[in-house]
Amino acid sequence: MARYIMVIDTRRCVGCMDCVVACKTEHGIPEGYTRDWITETVRGEQPTTQLEIRSERCNHCDNPPCVYCCPTGASHIHERGGVVLVTPEKCIGCKACLAACPYNARYIHPDGYADKCTFCIDRVEKGLKPACVSVCPTHCMHFGDADDPLSDVSRLLASRPNHTLLPEAGTKPRIFYLT
Amino acid sequence: MNPLSRRRFLQISAASIVAAGAASRATRALAASTSPVPRRGLRRVPTFCDICFWKCNAIATVRDGRLWKIEGNPDDPLSHGRLCPRGTGGIGAHTDPDRLRAPLIRTHERGEEKWREVTWDEALEYVAERMKKIAAEHGPESMALFAHGIGGAFVRHTLKAYGTPNIAAPSFAQCRGPRDVGFTLTYGEDVGSPERTDIANTDCLVLIGSHLGENMHNTQVQEFATAVGRGATIIVVDPRFSVAASKAKHYLPIRPGTDLALLLAWMHVLVTEKLYDADYVAKHGYGFEAFAASLAPYTPEWAYPETGIDPDTIRATAREMARCRPATLVHPGRHSNWAGDDAQRSRAIALLNALLGSWGRKGGLYYPASMDVPGYPYPKYPKPKRPPVDNPGKKYPFASEAITTGVREATISAQPYPIKGWMVYATNLMQSLPNQAETIRAIQALDLLVVIDVIPSEIAGWADVVLPESNYLERYDDLNVDLFREPYVALRQPVVESPHDQKPGWWIAKQLAGKLGLEAYYPWRDIEEYLDHRLKGANLSLAQLKQCGVVRGPHQPIYFEEGVPAEFGTPSGKIEFYSNQLAKAGFDPVPRYQPPEPPPAGAYRLLYGRAPMHSFSRTQTNRLLSDLMSENVVWLNATEARRLGLKSGDWVRLRNQDGVVSNRVRVKATERIRPDCVYMVHGFGHTARGLRHALGKGASDTQLITRYKVDPLMGGTAMNVNFVTVEPQMEA
Repeated sequence: MARYIMVIDTRRCVGCMDCVVACKTEHGIPEGYTRDWITETVRGEQPTTQLEIRSERCNHCDNPPCVYCCPTGASHIHERGGVVLVTPEKCIGCKACLAACPYNARYIHPDGYADKCTFCIDRVEKGLKPACVSVCPTHCMHFGDADDPLSDVSRLLASRPNHTLLPEAGTKPRIFYLT
Repeated sequence: MNPLSRRRFLQISAASIVAAGAASRATRALAASTSPVPRRGLRRVPTFCDICFWKCNAIATVRDGRLWKIEGNPDDPLSHGRLCPRGTGGIGAHTDPDRLRAPLIRTHERGEEKWREVTWDEALEYVAERMKKIAAEHGPESMALFAHGIGGAFVRHTLKAYGTPNIAAPSFAQCRGPRDVGFTLTYGEDVGSPERTDIANTDCLVLIGSHLGENMHNTQVQEFATAVGRGATIIVVDPRFSVAASKAKHYLPIRPGTDLALLLAWMHVLVTEKLYDADYVAKHGYGFEAFAASLAPYTPEWAYPETGIDPDTIRATAREMARCRPATLVHPGRHSNWAGDDAQRSRAIALLNALLGSWGRKGGLYYPASMDVPGYPYPKYPKPKRPPVDNPGKKYPFASEAITTGVREATISAQPYPIKGWMVYATNLMQSLPNQAETIRAIQALDLLVVIDVIPSEIAGWADVVLPESNYLERYDDLNVDLFREPYVALRQPVVESPHDQKPGWWIAKQLAGKLGLEAYYPWRDIEEYLDHRLKGANLSLAQLKQCGVVRGPHQPIYFEEGVPAEFGTPSGKIEFYSNQLAKAGFDPVPRYQPPEPPPAGAYRLLYGRAPMHSFSRTQTNRLLSDLMSENVVWLNATEARRLGLKSGDWVRLRNQDGVVSNRVRVKATERIRPDCVYMVHGFGHTARGLRHALGKGASDTQLITRYKVDPLMGGTAMNVNFVTVEPQMEA
C-alpha cells in the first residue's frame, strides 16, 4: 500500500508558475480558478533579506478535516496512495470542506462542486508523474511513495532539512518543503 | 578595419535565407499533404515554441481535434523535455479571443484604431501598390522593415528582394546590442542567442542584473537550478533582491548605474592580488600591461561610495571568483541597455571573464556549434543604391546591426534620405522603442505603415494595413539551426488550423512578392517544398522532421580542452585587454568609469524587467498566462512606502521627469528593493483597444521612458535613465 507524498525543493524553485499552468491545461481548469499556486515568504530587511518560494496545493493530509466534515462522502481518501479526492457527482457544493481546510486548497468549480488537486492520480495510475512535477523546469518537485525507503522522496526527506505547512493544525500534511 | 560587420550578423541569423548564385528551381514536389485531421482521439505533433525567441522544441497534444496541452520534446537539447510556463501556456495564444481575425485597412486617422475588414487580396494589393509607388518616387530604400524572430524570415526575404537595406529589430539597439559589441570588441565574436553560457558546469556564477528565474530563458534557468542544487557559488549584483538573489551566497545590492565601478574594482583585486589566470592571459591576451596599469585607481575603497558595496565584500567575491576559475562564469546578461556606458560595461564583463580564463573553458563560456543546413538557392538580391539610413557616416562605428532608433530618426528628419514606408513584423514598436512621442512623429511622416502580427498591438493601432498572422501553432516557419551546446535542426509545423482568416508569414511574404513582381524570388510552390529542399541539403527530409521535430547532430568540441582552436577574430588575433580600434575611433581603449546622474530629490530611478510567465508586451491577453499574472505592480522599498503612507496593494501613479503620468498601478511595498529606485515588469499598461483583456491593466514602463541615453559606440538606447515620483491615488 503506497503512501504518496510530494517533496519540493525551495532552494531550486524560482516561482515561475509552470506547475500552475500545467495543472490548468492538463485538467482544463476554468479561467480564474486554480488547483495550485505560488507563495513567497520574505523575511528580514535589506540587504539581508530571505525569500522562500513554495509551490502549494492540497496537502493530501493524513488527518484530513475536509473528509471528516463532508456530509455526503464526496470528499474521501482514495484507496490508491491515500490521496484525498472529491467525487463531483456526490458533492452538493455546501463548502464545509472549504471552511475546514486550513490551506485554502479548495474552490467551488463553476459546475457546482468542490475541486482541488488530485495528485494527478489518473496520470499516476498510468505510471506518469503529476503534471506539475513533470513540467517543472527546475526539477524542484518530487513525487513518490513515502513507504518505500528507496524512493526519491524518502531519500530527500532523510537527507535534507524540511518543513510542512501549518503543522500546528494537526492535519499531518503530506507535502514537504526542503530548505 | 572594423571587424564588427553586418556580414557576421547575417551568418549567425537563424533565418539563414541565403541568396546564392543562379536560381535553381526546386524540382521535388511534395504531395499536397494537408492530411485530414482526425476528430477523435489523441494526436501528438512536434514543433517549436514561439512565445519567446529561445525556440524550445515541444510536443503539442490534440485531443478530439482540439489543442489540449503542450509539453517539452524530450529529445530537445534546449528544453530537455520541460518547457517554461509560457511554452506550457502556449495554448492560450491559440485560443486568445482578442486575436486579429481578418486583414484590415484603416478608415480613420492613424492611431484611432478604426478599420474595415477586407480580403487578403485587397489588403495585399493595397500594400503592393503603395510599395511600388514608394519605390518609384523615392527608391526601394525608402521602405524599412522592423522584424523580430524567426517568423520574420520570409518577410525579410521579400523586402530584400524589393531592394531595401533598411531592416532592423529592437533586439539590437534596445536589447542585446551593447553586450554583443562589448564581447566582439574583446573576443572577436559575441555570445550569441541562445547564449554560450556553461551554467550547467560552473562552480561560480556571477549575475549582474540578470534575473534568471524571472527572466525565463529555459535552458539557462534549468542550468541555474542545477548549479544551485550542486552548491555552486552564486553571486548576484542587483538593486533588487531578485529570485536569483535569494539563491545567492553573496547578494550585492548595488546602486543603480554603477556596475562598471564594481567590475573595475573586482579586476583591480584580481590583478593586484595576482589571482587572475596569468598563463591564459599571457597566451591569449593582447595589451594586458596597459590594461593592468589602468586599473590602479579602482580600489575597492574607491568603489565603495560609488556602488554602496563595501570593500570587504568586493574582495571576498573577487577571491571567490578566482578560487573557482576557470569554472567561473560572469554572465554576459542579455538586455543590456541600462546607463549609456553599456558596450563598455559589457566589455568589462568580457575582460573579467578573460582574467578568470573562463572563455572557451568548461563552466565558463563555451564555443557553440550548429548543424550545416544549407540555405535555399535564391536569386541574388538587387544591390541597394543607397546605404542604410540608420547610422549615417558610421556615427556609431561599432554598430554591428541596424539601429531601429536610427531608422526612426531618419524617418522624422528625412535625412540622409526619406523613409516613406514601414513594415512591422511581430514587434510592438510602441512598447519596445523608448520615447513613444518620437515613434508617433516618425509614423506621421510615413506614406505607408503595415503591421503583421497575431494580436492587435499598440503599433498595429497606428497601421494603415493590419495583416493577421497565424499563430505559431498554426503555421510552418523556417528551420531553426541556432548555434548551441549541441548542434540541432528543428521544425515548426502546424498543429491546428487557424481559427479565422489568419495566414502564415511565409504565405503573406510570398503573396506580397507576387504582387510586387518578385515571383522569381519564390521558386518554390509552398513552404513544404522549401523546407524539404533545405533538409535534403543536410541529408534529412521534411517527412522525418515532421515525425520527430528535432534532429541532433554529433557532439562537436566546445571547449579549448576538447580541441577548439584558440583563435580570436579581433584585429590582434588575441583577447583584447587594450583595444586599438577603440582608441583609433576616439573611445576609451580600456573601460573607464563615469558616475551616473543621481535621482532628483524625492524621485526614484525607474527600473524594469521580466516576469517568468510573460514575453514582452505580447502575452498579456493570453488567458492562461494572464491568469498567472494579469497586471504588474510597482516595487517600492518598504521604508520609502511607509514614508509616503503607502502599503502593498495601494493604487499609485508614477510621474516621470518630463511630466508623463502612468496608468493607475498597485504598489508592492517590499524589503526586496533599494530605496533609490522602483521596479516594474515590462509589457503591461496596454492602451490598444483591441487587447480587451489587457487594456488598462498595470502600468507601462515604456510610456515613462521618454528619456534615453545613446551608447556612443553602437547606438544602443540606455533606458534606466528615467526618474519618477510616486503619487498616491484614491480608489477610482
